[in-house]
Amino acid sequence: MADLTSTFLGIKSPNPFWLASAPPTDKEVNVRRAFEAGWGGVVWKTLGLDGPPVVNVSGPRYGAIHGPDGTLLGLNNIELITDRPLEVNLREIKSVKRDCPDRALVVSLMVPCDEDSWKSILARVEETEADGVELNFGCPHGMAERGMGAAVGQVPEYVEMVTRWVKQHSRMPCIVKLTPNISDIRKPAEAAKRGGADAVSLINTINSITSVDLDLFAPQPTIDGFGTHGGYCGPAVKPIALNMVAEIARNPATRGLPISGIGGVTTWRDAAEFMALGASNVQVCTAVMTYGFKIVEEMISGLSDYMDRKGLTETREIVGRAVPKVTDWQYLNLNYTTKASINQDDCIKCGRCHIVCEDTSHQAIAMAADRTVTVKEEECVACNLCVEVCPTNCITMRELSEGELDQRTGKPVSDYLNWTGHPNNPMASTSGK
Amino acid sequence: MTTSQFRPGVHPGRLPPADYCEAFADVAPPLTAHQAQVAAARCYFCAEAPCTTACPSDIDVPLFIRQILTGTPEAAAKTILSQNIMGGMCARVCPTETLCEGACVREAAEGKPVEIGALQRYATDTLQASGVHPFARAPRTEKSVAVVGAGPAGLACAHRLAMLGHEVTVYDARLKPGGLNEYGIAAYKAPGGFAAKEVAWLLQIGGIAVLENWKLGRNGSVADLLKEHDAVFLGMGLAGVNALTIPGAEFATPATDFIAHLRQAEDLATVPVGRRVVVIGGGMTAVDAAVQAKLLGAETASIVYRRSQAEMPASAHEQDHAQTHGVRIVPNAAPVAIRKDEQGYEVEFARTETRDGKLVQLDDTLRIKADQIFTAIGQTLGPVPEGLTITGGKIEIDAQGRTGLSHVWAGGDCATGGEDLTVNAVAQGRDAAEDIHAFLMGA
Repeated sequence: MADLTSTFLGIKSPNPFWLASAPPTDKEVNVRRAFEAGWGGVVWKTLGLDGPPVVNVSGPRYGAIHGPDGTLLGLNNIELITDRPLEVNLREIKSVKRDCPDRALVVSLMVPCDEDSWKSILARVEETEADGVELNFGCPHGMAERGMGAAVGQVPEYVEMVTRWVKQHSRMPCIVKLTPNISDIRKPAEAAKRGGADAVSLINTINSITSVDLDLFAPQPTIDGFGTHGGYCGPAVKPIALNMVAEIARNPATRGLPISGIGGVTTWRDAAEFMALGASNVQVCTAVMTYGFKIVEEMISGLSDYMDRKGLTETREIVGRAVPKVTDWQYLNLNYTTKASINQDDCIKCGRCHIVCEDTSHQAIAMAADRTVTVKEEECVACNLCVEVCPTNCITMRELSEGELDQRTGKPVSDYLNWTGHPNNPMASTSGK
Repeated sequence: MTTSQFRPGVHPGRLPPADYCEAFADVAPPLTAHQAQVAAARCYFCAEAPCTTACPSDIDVPLFIRQILTGTPEAAAKTILSQNIMGGMCARVCPTETLCEGACVREAAEGKPVEIGALQRYATDTLQASGVHPFARAPRTEKSVAVVGAGPAGLACAHRLAMLGHEVTVYDARLKPGGLNEYGIAAYKAPGGFAAKEVAWLLQIGGIAVLENWKLGRNGSVADLLKEHDAVFLGMGLAGVNALTIPGAEFATPATDFIAHLRQAEDLATVPVGRRVVVIGGGMTAVDAAVQAKLLGAETASIVYRRSQAEMPASAHEQDHAQTHGVRIVPNAAPVAIRKDEQGYEVEFARTETRDGKLVQLDDTLRIKADQIFTAIGQTLGPVPEGLTITGGKIEIDAQGRTGLSHVWAGGDCATGGEDLTVNAVAQGRDAAEDIHAFLMGA
């Protein structure tokens, strides 16, 4: 059986599944329950300055979008950092770490952008013997209005500056958590690295309004008739997060910088995908807020079985394995040709592939009077839309071999040619091979 | 007063009074809002949807289910009702397993179709509970149409004509409108006086006068109607029943009379039923009679059909329904004679088999004791006006519902085309109305 133990910045955990800094990690009782359930580590809910704690709204703080069957797909929150006294949190962190030394316990921090604030809180965290700190430069709501969270993460210079303070005033491993609410995720990652960060974690939540109350004409969740943008997370954000993780992993300036992957991780497969794109471990929040802590059992068995099937013995063998396959559009092989292929035995004749192709794509799927659907290869551009809308997964893309006739172009499939050397490219500068 | 299930003879009150309500409760209880949401989410919104193709009234099923899913069941109801004004009753009585749900791709995929009938009921019940009638009449045309028969065909025709701006008088032989919905459907399929409520809701369109206790032939002729109206629609259904022609046939009564009596009873405890009930026939009427006899407290109820069980006109779903209610189905037995004896009656059947496509009576016989015997061997067209072409016992009509007589249309069970189903009658009534409108307006 595969070994799922993970070492991240020297922090050991029995598996690479951590809970992200969020409501599930706000209190000792939750964290102990998470560890009992099998989670490998937690990032404790963000601590702030000593003194009067932040105040949360007392109305609804979450909003969500759901699939038609009721599955929660995206979750939005307007909750702030921990609203419990710093002293209480530090005492609980120390107690949990003492009792669970085999689990990773990292503390998330967010204090104002002055060196003394960071210096003083770091000293207090070190006393807990926590394994490391994660700098919350990501929360997009509430705290950002006070110059913290995403307000820092959106300015690479601030990211670098604060990271440097943290590394100067602490011997603890330092993870910088990035906000996705920025046009180029590579910039804050580079800044974090320059500041001395040991790792980055991403993504934090995305600015969002999930819904509008059409009677009140107010955003939801609605607080006394008004709403504000929140932070969006859950399965719906996974594709955005995967891309940002990959961008950092393949950026020469940050290549090799350890990454903790966050964003919609719900199953073992999601976790493996983040790891393949360069994350050493993953952090989970929405999935446990939807189903409870028990889901980690499926993640453990799923990843373990997958690794066994693949003959992999350690999780680091997965990490970054897909990074070399992430490239720019201009390097894609424009001569690579596939055609939709329908398995008639599994087709239930719903006709959706036909109608979406007919209405919105390339008129390449015919439906006969008996509802049998067939691909018109002479029209099919292999866009994959039919594959994605088929409810029974009975459509696949058949790869044409080199030399095989493409009915659409009337020409045989030729060998590799990308845009950089394509005859239609006025800027072509290479042979495109 | 309660009598025993085991008391020989035909008696009312075989159940404790409190038990009737449960026995005749809704056979398929309505979906809750949550259940409707779960059911609606299963619809794939198929292209050129097979459920719609399978619907005799062409209801846009994927659209109305999507409207339920998006929280607008009233809009869903309007989608349904614009094609089928009796969508509420059809949701209850349609053999969906052979129509829309039988065609559902999820039936093919999982053996479990989207619950289209139940969703249709959810939508139409929601709208009708609000008391809203979502259709309005077009400007008046000064034309008037006579509709004979206030069943599904006649009422659907009348509603569409009224909507198009015509004045309509519906003539019906019974004391209440509704036709088979009111007198012929098993009580547990439309409890709570639904048939009458639906008619009242339908008539909210306005412009429709209903004249009860008026029978074609007895109270007037088509020629008489055409003196007062610009067109006539015949939708009087099948008024007669096929009779047994065996010795002792007089001891049997039509199952339709039993069902109608039961439907109109204020108190089901007053409806007499035999200890041992035998129903001769194999269609929906046989099932409705046998099941309701059992629910009234009959000790045994048997459906005896002369052909094989697979050939029974009652659907597999109906047969299952009968059998799970304790009705015994005896196939391949043709009635030969009914004899009265000291305990009641004895029905003698000849065993049958099909040879070369022909039903043959064998020497083997079967005798079943009975206290009450019903016949459900088919209904027949009553007397019809002269000049109409009769094909296969039905008034011949074309695709627009026109008969051989000028200014006379027909539809529903009395006319050719399609099965004898409520949904088919509604579709024919609706289409005839459109054609009458086109004719009257000189289109």
